[in-house]
Amino acid sequence: MSERAPEPVTAAANPPIQPLPSNLLASDVIRASATAELPAPERQLTQVAKLIDVSKCIGCKACQSACIEWNDTHPDVEENVGVYENPHDLTPDMFTLMRFTEYENPKTNELEWLIRKDGCMHCADPGCLKACPAPGAIVQYSNGIVDFISDNCIGCGYCVTGCPFNIPRVSKTAHVSKKCTLCSDRVAVGQGPACAKACPTKAISFGTKESMIELAEERVEDLKSRGYDNAGLYDPQGVGGTHVMYVLHHADQPSLYAGLPDDPQISPVVRGWKGPAKTVGLAVAGLAAAGALLHGLFARANEVTPHDDEEAENLVDGAGHRGREA
Amino acid sequence: MAEKRVYSAPGDEIEAKHPVLVGRYRGITRLNHWVTAACMIVLLISGFSFFHPSLFWMTGLFGGGQTTRWLHPIVGLVLVASFLMLFVQMWKLNLPRREDVEWSLKIGDMLKGDEDKLPELGKYNAGQKFVFWGMSALIAVLVTTGIMIWEEYFPHIVSIPVRRIAVAVHALAALGAILIFIVHVYAAIWTRGTIRAMTRGSVTGGWAFRHHRKWLRELAGRQRPDTSK
Ligand code: HEM
Ligand code: SF4
Ligand code: SF4
Ligand code: SF4
Repeated sequence: MSERAPEPVTAAANPPIQPLPSNLLASDVIRASATAELPAPERQLTQVAKLIDVSKCIGCKACQSACIEWNDTHPDVEENVGVYENPHDLTPDMFTLMRFTEYENPKTNELEWLIRKDGCMHCADPGCLKACPAPGAIVQYSNGIVDFISDNCIGCGYCVTGCPFNIPRVSKTAHVSKKCTLCSDRVAVGQGPACAKACPTKAISFGTKESMIELAEERVEDLKSRGYDNAGLYDPQGVGGTHVMYVLHHADQPSLYAGLPDDPQISPVVRGWKGPAKTVGLAVAGLAAAGALLHGLFARANEVTPHDDEEAENLVDGAGHRGREA
Repeated sequence: MAEKRVYSAPGDEIEAKHPVLVGRYRGITRLNHWVTAACMIVLLISGFSFFHPSLFWMTGLFGGGQTTRWLHPIVGLVLVASFLMLFVQMWKLNLPRREDVEWSLKIGDMLKGDEDKLPELGKYNAGQKFVFWGMSALIAVLVTTGIMIWEEYFPHIVSIPVRRIAVAVHALAALGAILIFIVHVYAAIWTRGTIRAMTRGSVTGGWAFRHHRKWLRELAGRQRPDTSK
């Protein structure tokens, strides 16, 4: 197994020159959509994470370009409608998007330009995976990456319903759902994500989740020393933590950043819909069908008697007579 | 000439007298019914294949998950159109009447086979009316919520939080629909002689006398004098 590609631990990690087989195996999947039992994984990969330091981002969109380049997507050229977002939203061809917010800080009376790189958060408890009805269309690897497997996707959009961050987008042409892969295909061969590698200010870092939390702590301390008292790490526990995290200057108000959820979690409605009630419902329908079948086979049917037939003839004849006489 | 119809629909008539045969559904109504039934079966199978992972294999019957996902809502719209036509033909005779209360309270007697103890009925009994109105309501809910979760054509018609509720309600309504469907099919089979009403269009006089006597009486009274020799 030492022949396989090493696990990347930095954004700049370069793969060895010699070709090495992928190090992200089917057996590293710890959760798959619409799949109850998975064989216990033989190994635990190091948990990875991407850390996006919003305070360092200059909104240059190099990450967007790198993402398009690496994933070979083709976002439509859109019209300029006078906003900085380009394209206007995440699309099946744009897995990450810089979102711009102009914020007038009431404490300092200063205008702050908050720029957040939006995209899949790679939740530890992914709502998309919970909602998906297609076996194996969404998988979660033991390193934390949540990946969409297009071959198994049926394009139903349930992942859109399940995601607390409004991330997945279903393609109008291929009819499969798309989102950031955390560059699973690069990580598999020892490389960091394309966006992280392209970032000129190192606002995007990549590494083990542990090291990213440490790095975030340093950054938060630095921000605090410069007057951002509420600086902090965004690693929301409502979804079990995420493998894409933010350093925010205003961690007390995540929603300032183009509506980043303050306390994201899988909606109780989705939990109810996908919960044990489903199995109960199925059992009720099955029992009803089986009960009807058994009753039909063994109980006495409601049959018409010869007496009924006679009565009917009398009735029809009698009425006929009356009809004739009238 | 003939008395006004209260318990019967246009087209219902005594077709023969020895033995008695009573026309219950015209050809067009039967066709309409079977198109609706076929749509319903396709919808139940395709819908429930998404409902639970243990049923996902049923998508194979339609050529895979992608095709099933595409087909289900389209057949849903066909069902709605087809059901609406049935609805227009049947709603009036399915309005509740006083005798339905007594009939429902005595339903145990019917299951025991003592149908004579129950009040005389028009074209439909309270059970059939329940199936009719129950299905009507559920189909209305299914089409409303179905469009809200139709990713291919209406991805933004409602907000994501509303969509979450819609998909849960859709699944619940589908469960209700399958239960009513079972009751409907079961009742048609258990009450012998019923199926032919929707296949051949007619029922025997004995069947009409036993189950829908007021309906039979009305039709008997409406016979044209020249039909009897
Ligand atoms: C009697 C009629 C119907 C039944 C029994 C039915 C049943 C179901 C069921 C059980 C599901 C899966 C729900 C889940 O995953 O929990 C479903 C999904 C769905 N239904 Fe229906 N449904 C019916 C009518 C309709 C109609 C009229 C429409 C739309 C106009 C519709 C649109 C959808 C859509 C869009 C989905 C999501 C999967 C897909 O995209 O194909 N359904 N349905
Ligand atoms: S669109 Fe694809 S990934 Fe999303 S829920 Fe449906 S099958 Fe799963
Ligand atoms: S952010 Fe949304 S799409 Fe990404 S893993 Fe979490 S639930 Fe899934
Ligand atoms: S991790 Fe890869 S797929 Fe995700 S935004 Fe960055 S470049 Fe795009």
